[in-house]
Formats: sequence, structure tokens, C-alpha cells
Amino acid sequence: MTVALARIRPKRVLPGFALSLGTTLLYVSVIILIPIIALMISGAGIGWDRFVRIVTSTRTLDALRVTVTAAAIATVINAFYGLLMAWVLTRYEFRGRALLDAMMDIPFALPTAVAGLALTSLFASTGWFGGPLEAAGIQVVYALPGIIIAMTFTSVPFVVRAVQPVLEDLDPALEEAAKTLGATPWQTFSKVILPAILPAWLGGCTVSMARSMGEFGAVVFIAGNLPGKTEIASLLAFIRLQEYDYRGASVIALILLVFALLLLLVSNLFQIRAARYREGGK
Amino acid sequence: MAIEIAQLRKSFGRNEVLKGIDIAVEDGELIALLGPSGSGKTTLLRIIAGLDWPDSGRLDVDGADWLAIAARDRRIGFVFQHYALFPHMTVRDNIAFGLMVRPKAERPGKAVIARKVMELLQFLQIPHLADRLPGQLSGGQRQRVALGRALAIEPRVLLLDEPFGALDAAVRRDLRSWLRSVHDESGSTTIFVTHDQDEAFELADRVVIMGEGRIEQIGTADQIHDHPASPFVARFMGATIELPVQISAGRAVAAGVDTSRIERRALADGPATLFIRPADLTPVPDAAGLWRVKQVTSTGAVLRPVLTGPEGQEFAVEILRRAAPGLEAGARVTLRVETGTIFTETPPGQRGQVGQSAELKDIPLKEKQK
Repeated sequence: MTVALARIRPKRVLPGFALSLGTTLLYVSVIILIPIIALMISGAGIGWDRFVRIVTSTRTLDALRVTVTAAAIATVINAFYGLLMAWVLTRYEFRGRALLDAMMDIPFALPTAVAGLALTSLFASTGWFGGPLEAAGIQVVYALPGIIIAMTFTSVPFVVRAVQPVLEDLDPALEEAAKTLGATPWQTFSKVILPAILPAWLGGCTVSMARSMGEFGAVVFIAGNLPGKTEIASLLAFIRLQEYDYRGASVIALILLVFALLLLLVSNLFQIRAARYREGGK
Repeated sequence: MAIEIAQLRKSFGRNEVLKGIDIAVEDGELIALLGPSGSGKTTLLRIIAGLDWPDSGRLDVDGADWLAIAARDRRIGFVFQHYALFPHMTVRDNIAFGLMVRPKAERPGKAVIARKVMELLQFLQIPHLADRLPGQLSGGQRQRVALGRALAIEPRVLLLDEPFGALDAAVRRDLRSWLRSVHDESGSTTIFVTHDQDEAFELADRVVIMGEGRIEQIGTADQIHDHPASPFVARFMGATIELPVQISAGRAVAAGVDTSRIERRALADGPATLFIRPADLTPVPDAAGLWRVKQVTSTGAVLRPVLTGPEGQEFAVEILRRAAPGLEAGARVTLRVETGTIFTETPPGQRGQVGQSAELKDIPLKEKQK
């Protein structure tokens, strides 16, 4: 009887747990884990003294400063506009909403080099935006603002796509409840809506920041890449590689990796926090 | 707070949900809005709360025009069907919310709020849940918290949308009598929406029966049960058997049916419909009867004979088993109507005499009880 029961146990869609898990682990190892470990070994293998020397060299520090500054500013901008866009996409019905929603994914799909070229030609002194801006004394291309714009472009969907589903799931009755209890619109937003979307929003911002720090393709076209001024860290790693300084490149890449992992950790902590409220349903 | 509603209309797009509502609710009354889904009862409640606005009509509360007042200034307590508790706040913070968001000048001190919340928690019998999050509570507990949150602002009007809809039967019965005591102690005017007849009649002082955006009848349980004002109410109250009859000298006449127990009514001669509850129709064995018992099922105490009539009608009635010896499949019977309501088919707009109602068109079927 037990045998018969075991035989009619419903089959899962994928064949065999062991096989599918094995394939997944192999894939993750080859594509993600092994390259990262190789990078760590190579970066750490040069010895502490040289490691510190490379990290603390003016050019590296400048590149990191430019990268982190630009990424931080880009993230703040994305945090604001990403939230706004998610809000517009979830809260209003209007013509072309589906189109706008689809357009949010363009930065995901577009080759970043194409984005870089497009932005550069727009903001160059001969471009549509660049001319008037330059006349007003604002230099975008080959300066920090250009880097920030390129980073913003490629990373804003992370914020939108993180906040959007949470906003959609938010029970409209929560806002109505706040209203009947006497809350002003601002109190309703700050005390009811914001806390509910905060973990997802901050999570989206952290991933967006991680993406900005690693952005290469879009930035190199618009940045001008002057060492110490507009040279970003991932470009410096690339330059070191072209100089056959494989170790130097690894060290810089390793620092970027540590930043990225830290940001991912933060993002996951936010997600765990968000899950706590959802437990038990609404 | 006395609420006066006059000629309230509301449409969503082309769909007219409220087609001219008039009600006067007295101060301190407990009112149930009862009706099938789609009858507009929730929309009416939301308009009173200020969450929806009518297209036309009046809503006056103690003489003040509430349509000129925003929801947050009406000082109402609204309990949502699915409670709508703030998921990131503890029970304590949920209940305190309405006091915390007041402007600084009106806001009570922190200690006062804390004491007030504690009093409410004790009143609701849930002080041990004060520091839980809503996600960690059962349905009945959430319901209590939602009510506590609404009561904290000392509402002048308490509105509840299907307050027990999402709870299981035992918890429902428990909370029902408890809600009645909450209403009596708080002294507020209370209106709640339900599709459950028992709930409405047991709890409310008066019941408002709504169907398709209109008020069909307002009254107490007995009034509505004995004198349904329209075919809709009769059906809604369980009169599922509709016999076509002829009115002749104030009596309803139908072949094979004994209607002598129904009082004579001052109705004009002509066709009419007699609405009867299955338990109010007795099949009496009669060799010359025009009706036939098709089959009989028994639940022990109650028999459910299925009867077929001379014109092909078929329906089931209910009768106590010990009151109906010899009722078997194939037996011929005469039907005796114990009580029922007659409605004549007068054209719309011409409401007739007692117990007469118009508009037989577009009447929805009774909603299935869940």
C-alpha cells in the first residue's frame, strides 16, 4: 500500500531535485563564484604592502572618490525620481501608461555604450542640451555632472521596479483608514505609505547604487576620463589591464567588488525587514 | 448624531449604484444596511464616511451639511471589511494613530494617549496583544483592534463595513453581542453593512433593506418579516414560493390551493402573485387534490416534500414530520397557505394599497448565503 501511494505522488515539473539543484550550483559556480574567487586570490596574492600602496595611490583614491561621489548623487536623484515614477505608474490611470511602464525597462535592455553615446551627443557643446547649458556656464560632458547623468540613466529602473510591486500591493483601504482617523495627506504618506514601502525603496536604492558604481560603458563616453578628475574606478581597472598590470587591475576590481557585496548585503537586510510585515498577510 | 439623507444619487460611469436614497437615522440608533452584493449598501456607507461623494442629494448630520466636510474632519469611526490595520505598527500604535495625527494644539499629551489606549485595550479585552504586529493576530483579534482604532477618536458616528464578513461562525456570534454592548456603552450612532439577515435583525434597532440602489424597506425584524413591502423584500426574506393567483372580492384564489387563512385585502380583482415561505405552505392529503407529492426527503425532524401542481409547477415545502403523517410520494394533496403576502402587478410608479407593490422588473435573485 505504501509503495502504491509513493508511486502516485505528484511529479514535479523539473526532473529530479538532485539534478536540478546540481545544475544550478554548477552554473552559479562557473558564471559567478569562480571568477569572483579568482579575482580575490589574484588581488590578495600581491601581498599587503603592494596592495595598500596601490589602494592609497593618488590616482586610485581619486578614481574611487569620483566613482563614489557620482554614484551617491545619482542614487539620491534616482531615489526621488524612481519613487515618483513608481507612484505615477501605480496610482494613476492614463493613456499611455502601459507604454511608459515598458519604457522603464529601456535602460535594462539598451547597450550601455549606446546610452553613453546618445547622452554625450545630447550634452556635448554642439548638442541639444549641451549648448544652452554651456552658455549658462554649466559643463556637463567631461565633468562630474556627465558621469552622474550616465549613472542615473542606467540605474533608475532598479528603484522603480523595486517600489512598484509594493505600491501595487498596498491596500488602498490603509490610506482611507488614515483619512477617516483625521490624518492629513502628508501624515498619511509619511506615517502609513512610506513605512510600508521604505524597505523596498531603500533596497532598490542600494542596488541602484551598486549598479552606478560599476557602470562602465555609459560613463566612459561622457566622462572624458581625465585621471584625478573624471576617471572612474572601473575604467582605471581597465587601463591597468591594458598596461598588462593584471595585479593592479585586480586590486581595484576587488575594492569595487567589496563595495558591491556590502551594498547587496544592505539591500537584502531591507528585504528581510520588509518580509516581516508581510508575514501573516493583510 | 442624527443623520439625514435625502435623494442621494451616485453613479460609477454608466452604472447607477444609488438611485435616490432617503433615510433618517436617529441619535444613538444602531442601523443595519442589509442587501445582496451590488445593492449599493457599501457605497452608501462610504458616502456617509466621506470616502466617496454622491452626484446629488443631501447628507446632513445634526443640521450640518457633511458634503461640505472632508472625511478627516467628520470625526467618524470607520471599520473596514478587511480591517486595514497599519501593518508596520503595533496594536498600541494602531489604536493611538487617530490621536497622534491631531494638530499639536488639540493633541493630548503622550501620557494621556497611552492611558487612553490602555483603557481601550482593556475594554476590547486584548491588553495582552498591545505590542504585537497586526500580522501576528487572528481575524477576530484584528477586528477588535480595528474597532479600537476607530473608537479611540471618540467618533460621533461609527460605520462598519461587513464587520464580521471575514470571520468564522463561532467568532461572529461572539463579536455580535459584543458589538451591541460597545454601541450601547459608547453612545454613538452606529451604521453597519451586512448581507447576513440574522446578523442584521439580531443586532440592529432598525434594518434598512437595499436592493439595486434603492431602499426597499425600513423597519424592525418583525415588521419586515410579517409585512414585506415589495416582492424583492419578500424573496429576500425567504418567500421563495410564488403562486400565481386571481384576486376575487379581496381573496386570492388558485386551483387546488386553500387560501382561507389569508386575511381579505382591499385589492382590486385581477391577477396577482402570492409569496409564501416553504414552511408556511402545508400539503393536506386529499384524494381529490390537484397537487401531487413527487418525492419526500426527511431530515428526521423536518420533511421536505417536492410538490407538482396542475400547471406543471414544482417546488419543495417544509413541514414538521410529526405534523404530516401519511405524506408519501404519489399522494394527492391540497395546499393550505398559512400565511403569505400578495403583490399585484401594477405598472411602475403606481403604488397601491397595503401589501401591494409595483415593479416586478429587474429584481435580482436573493444572494446565496455564504
